[in-house]
Amino acid sequence: MTDGEKLKIGWFSFSCCEDNTIVMTEIMNDHWADWKKKFDFRHARVLQSKNSMDEFDISFIEGAIASPEQEEKLKDIRSRSKKLVAVGACAVIGLPAGQRNAFTDAQKEAIEFLVARFGALPKVLKVADVVTVDAEVPGCPMDPANFLKVLGSVAAELGVK
Amino acid sequence: MDGITKIEGNAGLSLHVEEGKVTDVKFKTLEYKRFFTEAMKGKAIVAIPQHLARICGTCSNAHLMCSIEACEDALGIEPTAQTKALRALTMHGLMIRDHALHLYLFSLPDIYGKDAFLDFDENVEAEHQLLHDGFDMKAAGNFLATLVAGRSVHAMYPTIGGFLKFPDAQGIAEAIKKLESVRPAALRLIDIFRNAPFHFDRKTQFMALVPNGNYGYLNGTIMTSRGEHYQKAEFRTHLEHVVLPYSQASAYVYGNEGYMVGALARLNLAKDKLHPKTRESLGELLTLFPSTDIFYNNLAQAVEILHSIDESMDILRTSKFVPEPVVKAPNREATGVGVVEAPRGTLYHKISVGADGLVKEGEVVVPTGQNQVNIERDIATLVQGLLPDTPKEKIELEIEKLIRAYDPCMSCAAHFLKVDWDSA
Repeated sequence: MTDGEKLKIGWFSFSCCEDNTIVMTEIMNDHWADWKKKFDFRHARVLQSKNSMDEFDISFIEGAIASPEQEEKLKDIRSRSKKLVAVGACAVIGLPAGQRNAFTDAQKEAIEFLVARFGALPKVLKVADVVTVDAEVPGCPMDPANFLKVLGSVAAELGVK
Repeated sequence: MDGITKIEGNAGLSLHVEEGKVTDVKFKTLEYKRFFTEAMKGKAIVAIPQHLARICGTCSNAHLMCSIEACEDALGIEPTAQTKALRALTMHGLMIRDHALHLYLFSLPDIYGKDAFLDFDENVEAEHQLLHDGFDMKAAGNFLATLVAGRSVHAMYPTIGGFLKFPDAQGIAEAIKKLESVRPAALRLIDIFRNAPFHFDRKTQFMALVPNGNYGYLNGTIMTSRGEHYQKAEFRTHLEHVVLPYSQASAYVYGNEGYMVGALARLNLAKDKLHPKTRESLGELLTLFPSTDIFYNNLAQAVEILHSIDESMDILRTSKFVPEPVVKAPNREATGVGVVEAPRGTLYHKISVGADGLVKEGEVVVPTGQNQVNIERDIATLVQGLLPDTPKEKIELEIEKLIRAYDPCMSCAAHFLKVDWDSA
């Protein structure tokens, strides 16, 4: 990347409570002026209506993968991203969004019709079950300092300070 | 079974238009179910508040407060006066942060004809001011919640019976300073939403938890615009659950009709209880309420930010917080109910526990489920009024603005609405 070129950022949420999205918007309280200069948010539904699915320098993925459509979408994002970062517990370990994976037989039976009605996957997946993950920011929600550290090191790998 | 999932997130809308008439509207929550209420079963009661907080990121602290209240109700625990004050502060921090996110980042771009809040131009004085106001306001709410509850999202300090950590003098002084510094921004925000050009008025019922004392979000009686009163334990006798086969969420009606919950409902029912300083600053603006103009929900949120600033500063200045032990009670077989006003409206939690302290079952009724019927009805009316001459893109934008006024959830508000048009 050349100096002055903005990093193309994608922010995507799958099955989760979107706590990391909130934390990201809170981190922005102190960093918005800098991010406005350095980042080109290509896709971030929380921030804007006009979103593009072209290419990303860094894609951040929050949430677990609960359906075949989400699986396909994640693979598509991966194919368009130089770096892909999983943020938050649901993306990194698949929980708590995937808590139904560990349900008892009785619990599974109770929810079966709802899983079927909406065509959800039989087992909820973490992000690394579907695509290669370049970096992770664990936590429920993610820790802001750790997010900034990982963001800095991934940007550095792309030649951006 | 009630399908409880987080409501913020992925939503869609399908519209059926037949010979120029809107015949069907379906507002759908597309977020996949995560089965929080099913997963409660068999868990120890002590783990439940943190478990249920994970339903929703942005209002996690409201779920936390509501679940703690339900658990304490089941166990027969009466929190101390200090705990009540700290919980009130937790909610004020949440309201300031969450309403600011909605108003600055989601709603203001509509008023200024921008796509994103970050597109506001720093070289234009008014936009420069708003950028700073927005992030400073969010930061003040975030600071207050972090000081009192440990985090503004999935807070760690509040627990059944009390708090695990207490704010220190330095943090309190810093919080007061930050709140004081954003008060003028709250007044500017109120002014903007008072003069905003969007209106959508129609008759509807509203419902909120109205406090006995000062305007607040944690205690009181459930009141309706019809003048009826309910105690929290009665909530499932007055709300009727409606299954929506097309949506991952549930809807509720009251007396066979839709109703609305949220900031507008609260202000309509309890404006006289606002902080005296807030009322003084607002002056005749309060005569706009009660209102059934859904766009005044934004104005009501801005008013609540001001109230939460004034009320928090009062509590912080007049309270002395000292470490105190968590109130405990032995396990018993019981059912408990919690009800709070989350940023988007009345939130109910119900829990049944056994004598062994393990959860038998639980239920959660979220605000957006209660607004669902009204949202669909309003969209139908709005679209009918715009047909047949308005271009689809313009109609979609108008629908999005209307939905955003309801502030149904993070991602819905965040402009990603996908409309499936079905014209016969």
